Amino acid sequence: MANPKADAPREGDRQPVGISTALRDAGFLALFTLGLSFPILAFRTRQDLTQGLVLDPRWELVATVVAIAFFARLGWLVFGGTITQAATAAANAIGQSLEPVAKYKDWFRWAGLAVLIAYPFLAVAFTGASGALKWIDNFGIQILIYVMLGWGLNIVVGLAGLLDLGYVAFYAVGAYSTALLSTQFGFSFWICLPLAGIFAAFWGVLLGFPVLRLRGDYLAIVTLAFGEIIRLVLINWVELTNGAAGISGIPRPTFFGLPFNASDDGFAAFFGLQFTPLHRLFFLFYLILALAFLTNWVTIRMRRLPIGRAWEALREDEIACRSLGIDTVTTKLTAFAMGAMFGGFAGAFFAARLGFISPESFIFMESAVILSIVVLGGMGSQVGVAIAAVVMIGGTELLRELTWLKSVFGPQFDPTQYRMLLFGMAMVAMMVCRPRGLISNREPSIVLNEKRTIGGDLVKEGHG
Amino acid sequence: MSASSPSSEPILRVEHLTMRFGGLIAVNDLSFDVARGQITALIGPNGAGKTTVFNCITGFYKPTAGRMALFSGGVQTDHAVETVTNSPRSYRRTAKGAVFLLERLADSEIAARAKVARTFQNIRLFTGMTVLENLIVAQHNWLNRASGYSLLGIIGAPSFRKAEAQAVDLAVAWLDRIGLTGRADDPAGALPYGDQRRLEIARAMCTGPVLLCLDEPAAGLNPRESAELNELLLSIRDGNGTSILLIEHDMSVVMEISDHIVVLEYGTKISDGTPDHIRNDPKVIAAYLGVEDEEVGETEAELEK
Repeated sequence: MANPKADAPREGDRQPVGISTALRDAGFLALFTLGLSFPILAFRTRQDLTQGLVLDPRWELVATVVAIAFFARLGWLVFGGTITQAATAAANAIGQSLEPVAKYKDWFRWAGLAVLIAYPFLAVAFTGASGALKWIDNFGIQILIYVMLGWGLNIVVGLAGLLDLGYVAFYAVGAYSTALLSTQFGFSFWICLPLAGIFAAFWGVLLGFPVLRLRGDYLAIVTLAFGEIIRLVLINWVELTNGAAGISGIPRPTFFGLPFNASDDGFAAFFGLQFTPLHRLFFLFYLILALAFLTNWVTIRMRRLPIGRAWEALREDEIACRSLGIDTVTTKLTAFAMGAMFGGFAGAFFAARLGFISPESFIFMESAVILSIVVLGGMGSQVGVAIAAVVMIGGTELLRELTWLKSVFGPQFDPTQYRMLLFGMAMVAMMVCRPRGLISNREPSIVLNEKRTIGGDLVKEGHG
Repeated sequence: MSASSPSSEPILRVEHLTMRFGGLIAVNDLSFDVARGQITALIGPNGAGKTTVFNCITGFYKPTAGRMALFSGGVQTDHAVETVTNSPRSYRRTAKGAVFLLERLADSEIAARAKVARTFQNIRLFTGMTVLENLIVAQHNWLNRASGYSLLGIIGAPSFRKAEAQAVDLAVAWLDRIGLTGRADDPAGALPYGDQRRLEIARAMCTGPVLLCLDEPAAGLNPRESAELNELLLSIRDGNGTSILLIEHDMSVVMEISDHIVVLEYGTKISDGTPDHIRNDPKVIAAYLGVEDEEVGETEAELEK
C-alpha cells in the first residue's frame, strides 16, 4: 500500500486523504457493493429437469466484484490526485500540439470529404469483395444514417433548444410512409423519399402545436409520449401496418429506374459490368452520404438565415425574442418541421435499404441514442454530432468485431451485450470531462470584421 | 430641461388600466398619456406596479381591465379609437397611420405590428450570440420576409443578400452610436454591464419602434455611464423621433431627460406632470421618499441639490 504522503502534489480542491480514512471509505464502499451485488449477482437461477427452480450460488463472483470495488476506491483515494493531474496535463499537451493543425482546417475538410467518397472503394481494396459488405453496410451506411438523424435532431435540440425525446417517431413516419406508399400504391423510392419528408414534417407540426407552451421537462415528457404513441399505433393498427409483424417486400431503390439485380435490364447489365451485390451497397452508401450532406448543407444555410438566427435566439432567451416581435410559434414549428423532415428522409432510406420494417426498429432506445449523439457531440455543433455518431455507432459495431475477447472471457462472452454499459460509462466520462459535449464552441452566423468562436459557457442550452 | 407643453398629442393613451393578481391589485384604474416624440418617465417606490404597467403595455400580461390605445403614424380621432374598441379587431388603419389596442394583441404582435419595443430590468441579451447577431435578430421580421420565408435565402438570392447587407448597415450604425463597433464580433454575454445595457437599447431600436419602453435603463450604471445613457436617450428622442417611456429610480436620469413624469404608488397614479411640477409636489415627495409631512420641506431642499 502506498504511503499517502509520497504523492504530495495534489489538485487544489482535493484534500489529502489519510490511509486510515481511505481504508475506511473503501471498506464502506465494499460493504455497499456487497449489499448491491448480493441480490443481483449472488445466485444464478435455472430450471432443473423437473422444471423446478434451482439457485446456483456464485460467491466467487461476488467476492471478485467486492474486491474490485474495494481496491479501485482505495487506489483512487490514494492516487486519484496524481492520475487526474496527469490526465489534465496529457489533455492540455494534446490540445496544444493540435493547435497548429487548425490552420489546415480547409485542407482537412476536403481530405475528409475525399476519404468519405473513396470509402467504399477503400473497403473493397483492403478487405475484398465479401469483407467489404460488412464495412460498407454495418459501418458506412449505419453510421451515416445516425449522422443524418443526429443532424436532423440537432436543429430541434441544438439550435432551437427544444428537448425532443421522441424524435424516432418522425423516423418511423418516414419509414412507414415509404413502406406503405411503395407496397400499396407501387410508388418508386424517388417519389416516396420527398413524400416521407413531407409527411414527417407534417407530423412534426402536429406534435409542435400542442407542445408549444411547454418547456423543459414537460416538453421532454410529452415528446417522449408522442414517440411511444406512434410506435403503439404502428403495433396495434394491424389493418394498416400489419402490426408487430411489420411490412416486408418494400421495393429497393433503383438507379434512375435501373434495378440492382442480375437481370438483363439491371444496373450491371446496362453498364456492362459483372453483377455483384456490392453495386447496390455502393449506391446506398452514396445515397445516404448525399442525404446526410443535404441535411448538413441545409442546416448550415438555415443557421445564416433569419429563421436560423431566430432558432438560436429562441434557445438563448424566448422572452427577449417575443419582445423583438419574433413569432415564437412559427419559429418553433419550423424547427420541429425541419428536424422531422430530415428524420423522415432518413426513415425512407431506412425502409428502402432493408426492404423490411417493423415497430421494433422505432423503440424509445433509438430516440435516446440519437439524443445522446447530439448531446455528446455538443449541442448545435455539426462536426461534433458527426464525430459522436461515428464513435457511438461505430463503437457499437466495433464491439462485434472484438472476437479475441472470447479467448479471454470464454466462448459465451458476447461483447455487444456490454454495449449499454459502455455507453453509460462513456456518457458519465463525457459529462465529467466535457459537460457541454465534444465541441461546445459556437460559430457566429454572421461576422463583421473577424471571426471569433464563442465559448460554450456563454451559450445557453435552452429551456425546452 | 425645457418642459414641453402637456397638451402635445399622445402616442399611447392608457385608460383605466387595472391589473389584478388573485386578490392583489397591482395596478388600479391607472390613466395616463405618453406624448409623441417625448420622454415620459414612470416612477414610484418599489412595488408600486411600474413593471406591471410595462408588462401590460408590451403584452407580457393581459390586463384585467382597461384600454391601451397606441396611435401609430399621427394624431388619431376619438372616433377611430371608439370604432376599433367596439369592433372585435385589435387595430384599425386610418388615413394617418393606425390605432392599435394593445390589450388585444399578444406580446410579439405588439412588437412586430404596433412597433413597441422594450428592454428588461434584468438584461435579456442573447448572451451566446455576438453583438452583431443580437442586432440582426432584432430585424428578424423584415429580414425573414426579405429571405422569402427562407426560400429565397436558402438559394442565396441577391435580393436577400442586399437586405442582409442593409440590416448589417443599420446594426453598424447603432454600434457606432453606442460605441461598440470594435466589439461587434464578441459574444454579448462577455460585454461589461454598462455596454450590455446600451446594447439592449440598440437592439430594441433595431426593430424600428415608434415607442421604446425602458425598464430601469440606468440600474447598475456608474455616473459617467448614466450621463452617456442620457445622451443616448435624448439622441433617440430627437434624432429618431421615437417616443420613450421609461421606468427609472435614478433621479439624475429622470429629472434631467424626462419631458413628463407619471408617479405611481400602490398601483395608483398620485401625480402627473413636468419634472418641475413633480419635484414640487408634496404628495410625491411624501410618497416616493416615504417621509413625514413636516419633513417635506427638508426633502425638497435635498432634491434641489
